Amino acid sequence: MTNVTRSRPLSPHLQIYKPIPTMVMSIMHRITGGALYFGTILVAWWLIAAASGAAHYDWVSWLFGTLIGKIVLFGYTWVLVHHMLGGIRHFIWDLGYGYEKHFATKMAKATIIGSATLTLIIWIVGYLVR
Amino acid sequence: MDMRTPLGKVRGLGSAKEGTEHFWRQRLTAVANVPLLIFFVFFVARYAGAPHADLVAALSNPFVAVIMGLVVTSALVHMRIGMQVIIEDYVHAEGAKIALLMLNTFFAILVGGLCLFAILKIAFAG
Repeated sequence: MTNVTRSRPLSPHLQIYKPIPTMVMSIMHRITGGALYFGTILVAWWLIAAASGAAHYDWVSWLFGTLIGKIVLFGYTWVLVHHMLGGIRHFIWDLGYGYEKHFATKMAKATIIGSATLTLIIWIVGYLVR
Repeated sequence: MDMRTPLGKVRGLGSAKEGTEHFWRQRLTAVANVPLLIFFVFFVARYAGAPHADLVAALSNPFVAVIMGLVVTSALVHMRIGMQVIIEDYVHAEGAKIALLMLNTFFAILVGGLCLFAILKIAFAG
């Protein structure tokens, strides 16, 4: 019986198919969602630091301002923008549009290009208005 | 053949007894998150690394404080039910699944409590 179960043919799965944009963006939506989940720790930390007074805030601010801190914040922004654009794609589908194969692929590609572009714009604007 | 009882049909809540509640809350918070998180992202880009007094002054503005409170609340509700789906999809051992689902709720409420307390403290006491 064990042998029968073991030698059963397996249906093709992730490792068989060539990754296509819609597939990649689907799992990216979940991964970015998961990253944002844990990223809320940073948000809570920043707000609590601001509420606990200048001394602790200055230290946290210094930490976020280091090169690694900046990369993390920039990455966090990108992840957020990417998840938001992914979500807007879902709204389009919810409304009953955008199911055509080639259009869906275009939307998937637009998500990644759009998220990278918007993240850059946000940080440029963020620095300009200081 | 429809095996559902007339009462089950009328309630329309399905086997999970929640109907479309999860889906609807997910979309409701998703819609709210679009403007809220756009505000949040620009706020962070503007005030990351800013002097303490500047950030406190910004968060003391009632409008900013309320929007930040809404950002935190809507985002945490959205992420809690999102993580719930991830756990339900990948964790099949019943005990571990229930433990993680509980932890998920505890995490969201803890982060929410910390954020909201910080926002209110700054808004009321500076």
